[in-house]
Amino acid sequence: MTNLLNTILVTILVMNLFALGTSRILAVTRVVAAQGVLLGFIPLLVHKSLVMPVLLMAAAAISIKAILIPSIIVRALRDAQIKHEVKPLIGFLPSIILGAIATAFALLFAGQLPLAGNHYDTLLVPTAIATVLVGFIQLVTRYKAISQVIGYLILENGIFIFSMLLVEAMPLIVEMGVMLDLFVGIFVTCIIINHINQAFSSMDTRELVSLKE
Amino acid sequence: MAYVMIFFPLVMAAIAAAVPSNRLRPWLLPVTAVVHFATTVFVLIRPDLMVTAKWLILDPPGRIVLLVVSTLFLFCSFYTVGYLQYRMERSNRVFCACLLGFLGIMSIVVWSHHLGLMWVAIEATTLCTAPLIYFNRTQHSIEATWKYLMVGSVGIALALLGTFFLAYASLQAGLESTLVFEDVLQDAALLSKPWLHAAFILLLVGYGTKMGLAPMHTWKPEVYGEVPGVVGAIFAGGVTSCAFLAIMRIYQICLAAGEYAYISRMLLFMGLFSMAVAGLFMVSQRDFKRMLAYSSIEHMGILVLGLGIGGPALFGTMLHIVTNGMTKGVLFLSAGNIHRAYGSKSTEIVCGAMRRLPLSGSLFLAGFLAITGSPPFGPFISEFAILNGAFSDGRFVTAGLFLLLLLVVFIGMGATVLKVVQGRAPKQVQNTPYRDGLLTAAPVVIFMGIVLLLGLYIPAPLSGMLNDAVRFLEGRP
Repeated sequence: MTNLLNTILVTILVMNLFALGTSRILAVTRVVAAQGVLLGFIPLLVHKSLVMPVLLMAAAAISIKAILIPSIIVRALRDAQIKHEVKPLIGFLPSIILGAIATAFALLFAGQLPLAGNHYDTLLVPTAIATVLVGFIQLVTRYKAISQVIGYLILENGIFIFSMLLVEAMPLIVEMGVMLDLFVGIFVTCIIINHINQAFSSMDTRELVSLKE
Repeated sequence: MAYVMIFFPLVMAAIAAAVPSNRLRPWLLPVTAVVHFATTVFVLIRPDLMVTAKWLILDPPGRIVLLVVSTLFLFCSFYTVGYLQYRMERSNRVFCACLLGFLGIMSIVVWSHHLGLMWVAIEATTLCTAPLIYFNRTQHSIEATWKYLMVGSVGIALALLGTFFLAYASLQAGLESTLVFEDVLQDAALLSKPWLHAAFILLLVGYGTKMGLAPMHTWKPEVYGEVPGVVGAIFAGGVTSCAFLAIMRIYQICLAAGEYAYISRMLLFMGLFSMAVAGLFMVSQRDFKRMLAYSSIEHMGILVLGLGIGGPALFGTMLHIVTNGMTKGVLFLSAGNIHRAYGSKSTEIVCGAMRRLPLSGSLFLAGFLAITGSPPFGPFISEFAILNGAFSDGRFVTAGLFLLLLLVVFIGMGATVLKVVQGRAPKQVQNTPYRDGLLTAAPVVIFMGIVLLLGLYIPAPLSGMLNDAVRFLEGRP
């Protein structure tokens, strides 16, 4: 069980780096959708017994993170007719390297943290921290609004991985509330992106500077 | 009772979305607000109604925030009817539905005693206030909405991570992981310290973003500059107070865990830094609505500063939630009136507001005097109580910096406000259609009356509530 879980987590880490190094936004969206599918399997592996709430959570994670949100993003991409990220703040290769450094840092940092007894065997904590950091890097180094949304999605995926450690603390209804917020958040954001695109004829957030001091 | 406060506004929001008439729809706001306010008063005088469910409890700090937001919303709702009469060319369907939805979700924030649920509700307030910023459909308002959504979502995501860290702090200590406020508070002393520290930082940064503490304040001038005045008042008095309530929760947990020394330094730094940033940017500010945003950043700084000083300053801090909320009502609503009469928010065009709009102009000036802590208004009492607390605690450097920054803000804000109200209005704005009417001026007068009253005399029930909140925060029975 633990081996399978760790394999999934390592795959997620590799996907993070891939997302940082790709200029085609559609490809990044697909990677994040695949990540969503893997995230859906984690609750099934972490929890020993397959009770109804666990199954519901897995189903909700897959349907929202792997199907609904990516399809909203793909739709926004099609409406805006863009394919590639413009040259980001730091290049694709340096951002992969930065992501790798962040991942290594997360592994080291999690080694220092005092964990609860049985959590030393799994990579849940370092993967969660690394994914949050990678999401943050993606969010601050990209110029296209939609790429920033994808960065936010990766960041949320990291937080979702961390929540897997806390079964009792997050009852199903609260967990569902978090998912709903995420979904509505991305939905509203994509509507705004659409308006940005119409008003500025571009999705480039560098256009959004008229309110500077 | 919690269910009435939560679901009634949400149902009304759904009705507002269904009502076809642009003229009748805004009247749903005052109807809902009156019911919400009446329920609030009813609950406040009946302590046996304050526990609705295990997760829905109205505790003393929650009572203060609820009273502030409900009062603010009540008078703002009448103003909104007046405001929307000037904006009949634009559909107000989304605007009304989102405002009503906000009231319901805000009630969840105040009642929730489960930190996960509280997070869900605070994030939901971010989402349902975003369309309010976008009401004017200009390029500037898109830009403001985008910045609000991005900065706000990332901040609030960090708060979620902090919430999980807090739950992990109990798991790591060998307890059952929980986010029910009472349980965390009860076992606070046993929580794993490294995780608690990390959780505190993340929650302070996360909810601090929502409050608009520097350096996470970047969305605030953009948003407050672009939104209609009434939305600004609801942001500066309502949304920020809810986020401050979340910070009070983690503050209380850290206090119970004996971590006061650790968190106090950080709160003091954030508070003074926010005040300094606000003071710096307020000097020579030519946009009077952005100026109000910096004023809000300053007052959020004062609130966390009060928490950081702790003990003797807590009464002043609780009172400041009330006085700040009410004074922000005066400032934003009168600024909204001035903006409409002049069609501009730059002090290059806006001057002579006292002559062009005698009522709104003088209220704007009085609001400025109140918010900067001049007697005899409410904020003077609360700021003085915080200062007094700092002195009696022996924090002379903090108190000195606090006074200095208040002075800087007074001078910076005064320069802009005086430019707005003094002089002679330019020819081209003499004939714009806007005049102060009953619906757009009376709420401002009422807010000003409350601010003045709080400065002269604090009613006994209110001071009882404030003392309860202080005792509750310090963990005394």
